[in-house]
Amino acid sequence: MIVEIGHYALALAFGVSIIQALVPFWGLVRQDRALASVGSSAALIAFALVALSFAALVTAYVRSDFSVGNVVANSHSAQPLIYKLTSVWGNHEGSMLLWVLILTLFGALVAISHNSLPPRLRAGALAAQGLVAVAFLAFTLFTSNPFERLSPAPAEGQDLNPILQDLGLAIHPPLLYIGYVGFSITYAFAVAALIDGRIDAMWARAVRPWTLLAWTFLTLGIAMGSYWAYYELGWGGWWFWDPVENASFMPWIAGTALIHSTVVMEKRDALKVWTILLAILTFSLSLLGTFIVRSGVLTSVHSFASDPARGVFILLILVFFVGGSLALFAWRAPLLRQGGLFAPVSRESALVVNNIFLATACATVFIGTLYPLVLEMLTGAKISVGAPFYNATFIPVMVPLLLILPLGQSLAWKRGDLLGAAQRNAMAFGLAVLAALALIAFTKGGPVLAPLGIGLGLFLVLAAGFDLAERIVPRASGWRAALSRAKGLPRSAWGAALAHAGIGLSIIGIAAQAWSTEAIAVLKPGERLASGRYTIVLESVTPRTGPNFRAEVARFQLFSGGRELAPLEGSKRIYTARNMPTTEAGIRTDGLSQAYVSLGEAQDGGVAVRLYDKPLILLIWIGSIVMAAGGVLSLSDRRFRLAVPKRAAPATAAAQPAE
Amino acid sequence: MRRLFLAFGVLLLALTGARAVQPDEVLPNTALEQRARAISAELRCLVCQNQSIDDSDAPLARDLRILVRERIVAGDNDKAVVDFVVARYGDFVLLRPPFNAQTLLLWAAPFLVLVAAAGFVWRRSRRGAAMEPVAAPPLTEEERSRIEKLMRDEQA
Repeated sequence: MIVEIGHYALALAFGVSIIQALVPFWGLVRQDRALASVGSSAALIAFALVALSFAALVTAYVRSDFSVGNVVANSHSAQPLIYKLTSVWGNHEGSMLLWVLILTLFGALVAISHNSLPPRLRAGALAAQGLVAVAFLAFTLFTSNPFERLSPAPAEGQDLNPILQDLGLAIHPPLLYIGYVGFSITYAFAVAALIDGRIDAMWARAVRPWTLLAWTFLTLGIAMGSYWAYYELGWGGWWFWDPVENASFMPWIAGTALIHSTVVMEKRDALKVWTILLAILTFSLSLLGTFIVRSGVLTSVHSFASDPARGVFILLILVFFVGGSLALFAWRAPLLRQGGLFAPVSRESALVVNNIFLATACATVFIGTLYPLVLEMLTGAKISVGAPFYNATFIPVMVPLLLILPLGQSLAWKRGDLLGAAQRNAMAFGLAVLAALALIAFTKGGPVLAPLGIGLGLFLVLAAGFDLAERIVPRASGWRAALSRAKGLPRSAWGAALAHAGIGLSIIGIAAQAWSTEAIAVLKPGERLASGRYTIVLESVTPRTGPNFRAEVARFQLFSGGRELAPLEGSKRIYTARNMPTTEAGIRTDGLSQAYVSLGEAQDGGVAVRLYDKPLILLIWIGSIVMAAGGVLSLSDRRFRLAVPKRAAPATAAAQPAE
Repeated sequence: MRRLFLAFGVLLLALTGARAVQPDEVLPNTALEQRARAISAELRCLVCQNQSIDDSDAPLARDLRILVRERIVAGDNDKAVVDFVVARYGDFVLLRPPFNAQTLLLWAAPFLVLVAAAGFVWRRSRRGAAMEPVAAPPLTEEERSRIEKLMRDEQA
């Protein structure tokens, strides 16, 4: 019964979304305020209905209701509760339901927030967002219905793919989807602005928190996915330039560009047309990502959604929303007025350069991902575009951008002083160069480019720190003044500095992997294996039984330069329901570095063991978290307080100047 | 969800148990082994999704790794080893696509986009400089009252 309620609620949500898409739009055309405001209530109802539907599916999973086909295919009664929940979105149908849940959640948030939002903009945005919801609810209902019953119901489920039974995978998809789908709001605002034919700094101010929110979650989602791959796939890789990774990376790059261009628009009323286009492109890339992952276009055999009906359906959605919005853009953009002029040397220009490089980087990933598909379609020739291609193209695009980043950060709006900006960053640059040179001298004969990478990362971190310090500690003033200035500095300034420092940290972690080492051997108990700074001694191999798997657990003593660290365990598991093996890497964190042990086959009376020394590897993800923290800090900026759903009561608002 | 996709590719085709390079494959000569690893990282495991033979644990990847090592031991230089593999499996095996007529656009794309974007901005800025700034359209009554309200909120 609960399952049928869920199914029915989803169908109702589809109907309500049609109302959300059409009625406000009609209201805009007719200049009828009452009609235009219907979108808000429709968005709230649609969200409530999808939430009900989602709750029904979750209930089916928690209760292991094996009369539902989706539950049978992806769950098992012996799974721990957390993985029963993970199973909800660990499959195509359930993840589409999560997709629409988040989509309608964002619609509802727009409906209840932004009291300062121009009513016409809100109505237009909700209509556009409703249209996206209609398309994806139709897709879910008609091609990917998670509520289909099975009769007769089997007694037991087929278990979730064991590789997905992991805490990382429990939270990775929701984070990623909030990011992906969050950009639908900026898209909807862009479409609304185009329909309205007007756009100004107010638009940028309304859109920026949504962009920041989506970007922050996307950052965390990508980082989470990368860390999951690192420890779960068992060979210590953390980024593979896989088309499916690229699918989430492209909206991230475009979203990063969008954050920067909306700053220009908000402060200086410039780059309006470009920002609108970028908002459209960012969500288009999210849709493209959904298409890539969901349609099975990449490798039809390998995809788990290889149903051609689904592929064609998503392709139609993609063509409609991308083509439609671009056509609207081509038609209406000339009406938008160009604003604020600025000198060639200014913060605005620096951000334009940022956007040029980010657009190029994004295009590089885009072409690398789609080129093999298009080439095969046109000529039948099959080529591979893998990590070596991206290393040779993406990195050269990013390095100049990152090198000039601190410079741009130091330039003034409108008209800047290049020499002054260079002087302000000279100290950070000098220190970073010194560090890189010292590293080259110290690791003579080692990797050449890696010390330069570390220098670049260090430059970004130092420059961000010095920039803040300079703004907080003016010449000859006490710490008291500094403290009050630190408090007075807008949160978005702190956020930007943090995000830029986060990139620097990640780059240091990435560059340091040039020194990672690996050793492979067949070990018997008592035997040792050394790699880099670490030595392991195999203590024992013992069988163990989990809730839905059997495991062989190898226990190692771990030594680093004579001192003994806590022991670590690596294991191989067989998940009984699917008879599928997985490898659980043994990882010991040592400062910012990690010792990483992965088990191979048992052979010659021993077990194959690989040991990696991964120096500073945690910085890769710490950097991402710092970036996301920068996003959160910017979101809490005063200027965006208006965007918070419930506005502060007048009494508390009066207390705000104390901040 | 992107990860699921990769995971499925890995699972369906690769999880035969072993993990990439096996102890019995490793060449005794470290210099030769290092060359083998470097070459392996550039060759695609043909039955996997976007994995190099160095990362993959599919049986075919193992065969290719052993093949690469045999050629190296036989005295081939790096290019000869790669050519040997390409002659059998075609360009598809190269994770770094070769530079030829078919891939010209692929390799040139980043550069072209950068130049096009920079050129566009440059032309635009010159035109912009020549133009007088346009006066903003007058505010409507509704907008004026909203701005007043906003200013009040900001000060409060």
